[in-house]
Amino acid sequence: MKVLVALSGGVDSSVAAAELLADGHEVVGITMRLWGGSSDTGCCSVADVDDARRVAQQLGIDHVVFNFTDDFHRHVVDPYVAAHQQGVTPNPCIECNRHLKFDRLAERADVLGFDAVATGHHAQIGHFGGRPHVRRGADAAKDQSYVVHMLPERELHRTLFPVGHLTKTDVRARATARGLRTAAKPDSQDVCFITSTGGREQFLGERIPFRAGTVVDGDGRRLGEVPAVELVTLGQRRGIGLPGGGPKRYVIAVDHQAATVTVGDEHDLLRSSISADATTWAHGAPEVGATVMVQTSAHGDARPARLVQIIDDRITLDWQQPQRAVAAGQSVVCYDDGNLFVLGGGIAR
Amino acid sequence: VDATAYTYLDHAATTPMRPAAVQAMLPYLSERFANPSGSHRFSREVRKAVDDARETVAQVIGCQPGEVIFTGGGTEADNTALLGADNGALVCPATEHHAVLDVVRRAGGSVVAVDETGHVDLVALAARLDDAASPVSAVSVMAVNNEVGTITDMAAVAAVVARHGRGAMLHTDAVQAACWVDLRDVWAHVDMLSLSAHKFGGPKGVGVLAVRAGSPLRPLIIGGGQERERRSGTHNVPGIVAMASALQETDAERVCETERIGALRDFLVDTIRESLPEVIETVPRARKVAGSAHLCVPGVENESLLFLLDEAGVCASAASACASGAMEPSHVLAAMGVPIDVARGALRLTLGSTTTADDVHVGAHAVIAAVQRLQMRTVPA
Repeated sequence: MKVLVALSGGVDSSVAAAELLADGHEVVGITMRLWGGSSDTGCCSVADVDDARRVAQQLGIDHVVFNFTDDFHRHVVDPYVAAHQQGVTPNPCIECNRHLKFDRLAERADVLGFDAVATGHHAQIGHFGGRPHVRRGADAAKDQSYVVHMLPERELHRTLFPVGHLTKTDVRARATARGLRTAAKPDSQDVCFITSTGGREQFLGERIPFRAGTVVDGDGRRLGEVPAVELVTLGQRRGIGLPGGGPKRYVIAVDHQAATVTVGDEHDLLRSSISADATTWAHGAPEVGATVMVQTSAHGDARPARLVQIIDDRITLDWQQPQRAVAAGQSVVCYDDGNLFVLGGGIAR
Repeated sequence: VDATAYTYLDHAATTPMRPAAVQAMLPYLSERFANPSGSHRFSREVRKAVDDARETVAQVIGCQPGEVIFTGGGTEADNTALLGADNGALVCPATEHHAVLDVVRRAGGSVVAVDETGHVDLVALAARLDDAASPVSAVSVMAVNNEVGTITDMAAVAAVVARHGRGAMLHTDAVQAACWVDLRDVWAHVDMLSLSAHKFGGPKGVGVLAVRAGSPLRPLIIGGGQERERRSGTHNVPGIVAMASALQETDAERVCETERIGALRDFLVDTIRESLPEVIETVPRARKVAGSAHLCVPGVENESLLFLLDEAGVCASAASACASGAMEPSHVLAAMGVPIDVARGALRLTLGSTTTADDVHVGAHAVIAAVQRLQMRTVPA
């Protein structure tokens, strides 16, 4: 096959390209330029593009850079900023996968005559009920099926995850064995357009006005103040302007309209159900009443829940055991009851 | 890398070295290695080569040898000209190369509008010069635009600067002009002129800044005092010798080559437009240099088009690339008022001294095939 492999400059995509070559595919490397501003961690710094190019040279494959900054701003950065203004906490990496990697890049690859797009994600495509689904990566600790859960049916047929069956240790060992310069490169952790020095606070502060918020307890008693209600997330424990000592207190509600942050104990965070909007399914929704495994953060465990309502793309799930509340904007991903295959997912409301 | 495997239509990015220029530089890479600033006989021999080169370059520009400063390329020449003259505000049109535009911006200067062909708007330039609150020390207007090929009417620009500039100097980035325009006709109107050797068959990393005698200029690079203290650093003797050889040959062949290459360019564009009538010629041919074809293909993304041309072995370009190698949206087309969806389909094909009829034939049909394939596979929005 003729495969376009997305090279981020990291070890996983480097090994992905090498594996594809070893399997006899015709491989071209592509690095997406997504963010034009300052960056120190992400996949589009010039240093990372240098790494991607050097790996491609070492493997003897072509390497090109596509400039997708316009779509990245439109679909990832601008909504990220707007969401914080409305008290919503989105996952920009998921939106990037949804709109850039598995939409714009996949389209481009198709137009240019490629049979498949490959990435270095720790996920697999497996068959469940006779049809292709995103499947958890072999390395449970590095599994990224959550962040690629939105793969539409069309892309499930033409996406490859060449390192999904490997553990991270295997990936690094293979990179070392091949002498790839990225073998020991640390994993990227953070949002690529936010610098580690400035953080989310500086990034958002340069783009939206912050409003001070009042911190109250469950009875409405005023306990303190936070400088920016836009930076407060449900479940947060630190940085809410309360003195140390005493019982642990969590943010249990954020009213952005009224700029009020309510704190309580851990128990106050528990919810018996969760709803999500904008839900998409790999091959149609399961039946109402079905039990699914539900994951609500990139590295959290999935918990069983029953699908109790589907209205268009809005779903409601009842947890088997009460679970911590999930901040609006986070992805809610449903796996089969064996907790291996992605059925679909939406955005917590 | 085997250059014969490629159909090379990217001569504005760089053009192959002329064989005579390669021959001219070889002795200075080996046995004639002395430092021309030394005090011994060996140095004096090499110094003569630098002095001869300076005279040759001066003859082609039409200036005095003492007005020629050898630099480390076109960007350095532009930077030296502008940063050496910024005792007042700097002004340039919006279509300049980044080597000028970014210097003017960083120095807090003014960027003036252009018309739809990319030519500086003389009324806007005059208005900026008339602003007495911010006196201008230097105006920089490129002789030929690197992206779209538009030729500047330098006499007209010079007249505006003379009338409204209150002593402002006029600099021109003539990097894209040397192959197509008589530099003497440009020099007649300006105070400073930049050249880059690798755009006319010389090596990379060497250029010229011509500065009219008596013009004030602070050096950008300070050190051993070479080039009459206007550009320190040991002379790049092989580069300077080869550059002079290439410039002399380019000048001697210019009239014939412009005619030959202009006909090839016309064939290239006409062939493409015969099959793809929707293709837009960005600037009328009468306004631009003979070696430049700049087209906009509506509905096609130039990254895709360049990818397919690359696969077909055709070297072309669109706009300038950023540090990562990604294509940037063209600031030139934006300044000309080309709508963004049209600019997205921009394609620059540039010809040079080694371009053959076969190249343009292959190039034209590769463009047609690539565009047709993209049109077929792109779902209309």
